[in-house]
Amino acid sequence: MTLHETDRRADPRPSGGRGDDTPPSPPPSRRRRFRPGALLLFVITALLAALWLLPLAWAFLTSVKPEAETTAIPLRWFPTEFTLDAYRTVLDGGHFWLWLFNSLLTATVVTVLVVVLCTMAAYGFSRTDFPGKRALFAITLVGIMVPPQVLIVPLFDQMVLLNMVDTYWGIILPQIVTPAMVFILKKFFDGIPRELEEAALMDGARRWRIYWQIILPLSRPVIAAVAIFTFITTWNNFLWPFIVSTDPQFMTLPVGLAAIESGYGLRFARVMASAVLAGLPLLVLFVLFQRQVVRGVAHTGLSGQ
Amino acid sequence: MSVDTGPAATTRREPATASPPRRRRRNLTGLLFVLPFLLAYALFLGWPLVGGLISSLTDASLASGEARFVGLDNYAEAVGDPAVWQALWVTVKFTLLSTPLLVAVGLVMALLTNHLSPGRWLWRLAFFAPYVLPSTVVTMIFVWILQPDFGLADGLLAGLGIDADIGWLTEPNTAMVSVVLTTVWWTVGFNFLLYLAGLQAIPHHLYEAAELDGATWWDKLWRITLPMLRRTTGLVVVLQLLASLKIFDQFYLMTGGGPEHATRPVIQYMYQTGFTNFRIGYASAISYILFALILVVAVAQVRLFRPREEAS
Repeated sequence: MTLHETDRRADPRPSGGRGDDTPPSPPPSRRRRFRPGALLLFVITALLAALWLLPLAWAFLTSVKPEAETTAIPLRWFPTEFTLDAYRTVLDGGHFWLWLFNSLLTATVVTVLVVVLCTMAAYGFSRTDFPGKRALFAITLVGIMVPPQVLIVPLFDQMVLLNMVDTYWGIILPQIVTPAMVFILKKFFDGIPRELEEAALMDGARRWRIYWQIILPLSRPVIAAVAIFTFITTWNNFLWPFIVSTDPQFMTLPVGLAAIESGYGLRFARVMASAVLAGLPLLVLFVLFQRQVVRGVAHTGLSGQ
Repeated sequence: MSVDTGPAATTRREPATASPPRRRRRNLTGLLFVLPFLLAYALFLGWPLVGGLISSLTDASLASGEARFVGLDNYAEAVGDPAVWQALWVTVKFTLLSTPLLVAVGLVMALLTNHLSPGRWLWRLAFFAPYVLPSTVVTMIFVWILQPDFGLADGLLAGLGIDADIGWLTEPNTAMVSVVLTTVWWTVGFNFLLYLAGLQAIPHHLYEAAELDGATWWDKLWRITLPMLRRTTGLVVVLQLLASLKIFDQFYLMTGGGPEHATRPVIQYMYQTGFTNFRIGYASAISYILFALILVVAVAQVRLFRPREEAS
């Protein structure tokens, strides 16, 4: 209790800034001076970072080796001859492109639907008044507590009934219900000053226009964070797509790769080539949008649980 | 949960009493905003939630259409089912092994990089990048690294002169350790970020005052930094407990739950009961037991961390 009191007094950032900007800039008061321990600190950190990058590097190195060299004993780090054979095999044969398309399609549609549905709902809860609002918002909050994993059995039953097994909608629809996102967005909308829209209301603007022309543009950063986070989690989701797609035609990339991994047997250059291909889009996305990814994860990791 | 409608409600009541018809129209608009979401919610969360509860009270099966009401029989069976207890034990073991590592490594990463401004983005990239990868990719890489003899792990040990004859994924205990290590590599970046945020929130004057008193960095670490991070650690532990209860991907993809179900988590048992043995009713009962356990932890979390939420 006292701890958090101190926290609050000493935190110079405006309220709401706490925890959401995890890319932390060093406190401005900090003077930079050279300490003898600094070099040691740097070396230890670099070693730890190298250890963390090692599995990724090893996956890449394996993927560019000729198949025969992957299982060499003793271990060899680099290929005698750099080759993209494994990539060619993965991309030419099988369903790789189809699965990539399926992942892209389902993750995009889920993201668009989540952003549309959740910003609308958050706006409704934050700015409008209607009978039953409190109860409906309470129900939304209760939904945050329901882990999707415990619903898979009845949900599959329901998909059988709705004829949605092995369809894109079967993968997509159960993933669009994200009450945590409504909660996050409502919290953000609550912080937007009301004066702006009161003025617009006086001018006779309709609710829809206010939502579209005032609230959404002002919320771009939080919407970006929600969208990127939703895209990554949907792209990476394994359990639900795995259960609802039995036909390779409708598998997403993670599910398809898991299904064929055993088919490659001990041909590890191929396995690693497909791992690199499947992981690369996400790493690129992360490098490009580091801030938003980190913010999205920090937000939802905390309120979404 | 505090439903924060106070100011909105009061500002709007005033003009509304002046013109009742207009208020009604606005009411309808508000409802239209939340309706699409609530419809999806009712269909794909409400329906399975209620449907699961109902079928947990029946002997519903994917094999036969007819379902008979059996009361609480499924729950009674689950409580007496050794496989359920074994799966819960897997969760407990996984939590006990993974949590200390996830706390310690995440904390060390944050402490190391907090003041290391050159290359800040690079550290974050290295530590957090695994977190954005799909579980399939992560487990493919680690299954390859943990291959006997020609895998990277055994290869590195051989380089150190250790002839590791370890069945990384085939012995019950080492399989568990392998999944734990994979999980630490994959997810510790998230805890690293939480700790980094926690460190940034510690008021700087505490350190300055301590320096005036001649405190060493060791004193500062133990007397200021670690106590101030206690809440973050509590959060990390609770989140890991929740994640352990819900775990499936890594175990299923790395060990398939084996050997001899020694690494089979609850979700996998539930999945096999429902989809391999077609016992939807019994699988639903197991889901609800798991749900209850998760709720207990989640409610405890909300109670523990409420003050901080309100501070932000």
